[in-house]
Amino acid sequence: MSHYEAPIREPLVLGDKSYHDITEDIAKPIEGAANKNWYIAFYISLAAMLWGFGCIFYTVGTGIGVWGLNKNIGWAWDITNFVWWVGIGHAGTLISAVLLLFRQKWRMAINRSAEAMTIFAVFQAGLFPIIHMGRPWNAYWVLPLPNQFGSLWVNFNSPLLWDVFAISTYLSVSLVFWWTGLLPDFAMIRDRAVKPFQKKIYALLSFGWSGRAKDWQRFEEVSLVLAGLATPLVLSVHTIVSMDFATSINPGWHSTIFPPYFVAGAIFSGFAMVQTLLGIMRKVTNLEDYITRMHIEYMNIVIILTGGIVAVAYATEFFIAWYTGSPYENYTYLSVGAATGPYAWAFWSLIIFNIITPQLLWIKKFRRSFIITFIISIAINIGMWFERFDIIAIVLSKGHLPSTWWRFEPTFVDVGIFIGTIGFFFVLFLLYARTFPVIAQAEVKTILKSSGEFYKKRREQGIPTKPAINVASNAGTTDKLDKE
Amino acid sequence: MESSKVIHAFYTDDEVLLDAVKDVKAAHHHIEEVFCPFPVHGLDKAMGLAPTRLAITAFLYGITGLSFAIWMTNYMMIQDWPQDIGGKPNFSWFANMPAFVPIMFELTVFFAAHLMVITFYMRSRLWPFKDAENPDSRTTDDHFLMEIPVHNNEAELTALLAKTGAVEINVVDKH
Repeated sequence: MSHYEAPIREPLVLGDKSYHDITEDIAKPIEGAANKNWYIAFYISLAAMLWGFGCIFYTVGTGIGVWGLNKNIGWAWDITNFVWWVGIGHAGTLISAVLLLFRQKWRMAINRSAEAMTIFAVFQAGLFPIIHMGRPWNAYWVLPLPNQFGSLWVNFNSPLLWDVFAISTYLSVSLVFWWTGLLPDFAMIRDRAVKPFQKKIYALLSFGWSGRAKDWQRFEEVSLVLAGLATPLVLSVHTIVSMDFATSINPGWHSTIFPPYFVAGAIFSGFAMVQTLLGIMRKVTNLEDYITRMHIEYMNIVIILTGGIVAVAYATEFFIAWYTGSPYENYTYLSVGAATGPYAWAFWSLIIFNIITPQLLWIKKFRRSFIITFIISIAINIGMWFERFDIIAIVLSKGHLPSTWWRFEPTFVDVGIFIGTIGFFFVLFLLYARTFPVIAQAEVKTILKSSGEFYKKRREQGIPTKPAINVASNAGTTDKLDKE
Repeated sequence: MESSKVIHAFYTDDEVLLDAVKDVKAAHHHIEEVFCPFPVHGLDKAMGLAPTRLAITAFLYGITGLSFAIWMTNYMMIQDWPQDIGGKPNFSWFANMPAFVPIMFELTVFFAAHLMVITFYMRSRLWPFKDAENPDSRTTDDHFLMEIPVHNNEAELTALLAKTGAVEINVVDKH
């Protein structure tokens, strides 16, 4: 048994499961055929993705003048979407790294999918700055490469360059962390595959994982060290994203609380997206025994905490904007000016979706309800998008001179690219859910005896988890030996 | 050849396996390998495996990454092409260091994480197109396999393994 767990804790794996049952349950969605709902969802996502790609080609072919940007608001939807997607990409590594360090066993049912979500979300995020360059074929100029421009290097003083390093480190380390965890599970699929082609593919993906004792020893050490490295990494990424704003001198952006507040907001929105995805996935893939009501509740508790941090940050920003008495501060994204001005609808969307709606989760009944959790998670996703939109569009809409007072209105291309990335994200996630082991089955097997419902009940009755050895029945050896 | 003969003993429970490993060790038999579907805590100690040094390599790789970041920012921003950005000239690396902290941190993590994982893959012989080496496909599902070399003590070993709770015992020729 891996650890002691108090009997009062709810089980993490429901039902009378054996190790083999876990294998069967996790392999089933991969080995079975996709149902009609999967195809409907896939084709809708694919259509959205293609529409978005069309808008990207239009942007690149014509120039970013097809967006709703103007001389005053030089970045709007694109950076809003970038920060929104990066934020969503924060829950995965938080769940797999921080919760591993804190020895939270419930992470094992959700870490695989949360990390997949992270990687797919960071893909979407990365698209926006590259498209915004206007000449995406020159994207490699952000790298510190020797070049033909009079050996002019990239500027290491710039937070935009810090972003390049932070996002690429985050994406690549998350990918490697995810893949290393996948090796034993791919090996499990490989070893039970019957179709030769499927066997070949999973043999390739599993890198020849054999499960030797030494491999497992290294595997656990690597997981622990990667978690230790990824924990400060996940905090650094959104810190650096927030510095894109905080190191500027714009009122409303030049704010020292941005780094911790952005990190909390990122975890808040990331967990909301995990709830949205897993709420559907646990039903579609019949994994209700693994992703239980308790997992949903635990994630909701994280949402209450991080949502609370975000709410306190909003209140601080609002108070400070008012307390300065500066007229320029009266049009930051959290100010009386924003609440009553032309962007009041965006301001109040933020307050309603992001602060008021999540408070319902204080009620235990709502926190444990799948439907209400799903609705609230959608509300938070919308609210967090408005937070970034407000920070960017409201702050930029009123500069120091009245001649710079402009408003941002998105064009169909802005909207199209955003919808396209949502489509792209779901295309990737749906393909993942059909072809990858969506739960880290090897890890779940390690907690079956300590946290599985079956073994918890047995322990209460005083039955040891170790089965009795019946020598008579297994003294038998195989034919080969009998002959000798 | 006698020495290429091995016994494959199968177990279906991690706790039974762990006790079996201890019993076999206590009887002074050499355990060649144990294949498991999931990590069994304490198995490496019971088998007498040396602790892994991967964490130490990660530390060394991290130091390398940090040094590389310091060298790179110094060479590019201070030595090769110093610029006066926003009235903040790049005269010395130490005066500019705070602006380079994010780069130094990210490269430390980048080097430590990737090089450690590459070391792990090389040491455990994991890479694309590598053939799996577990002798039985059940060892990635719910069976544990203990491999013991046979030196004219087949009967003794078989009896011992059966007593420890093995559900299946095969003698195979290992090539």
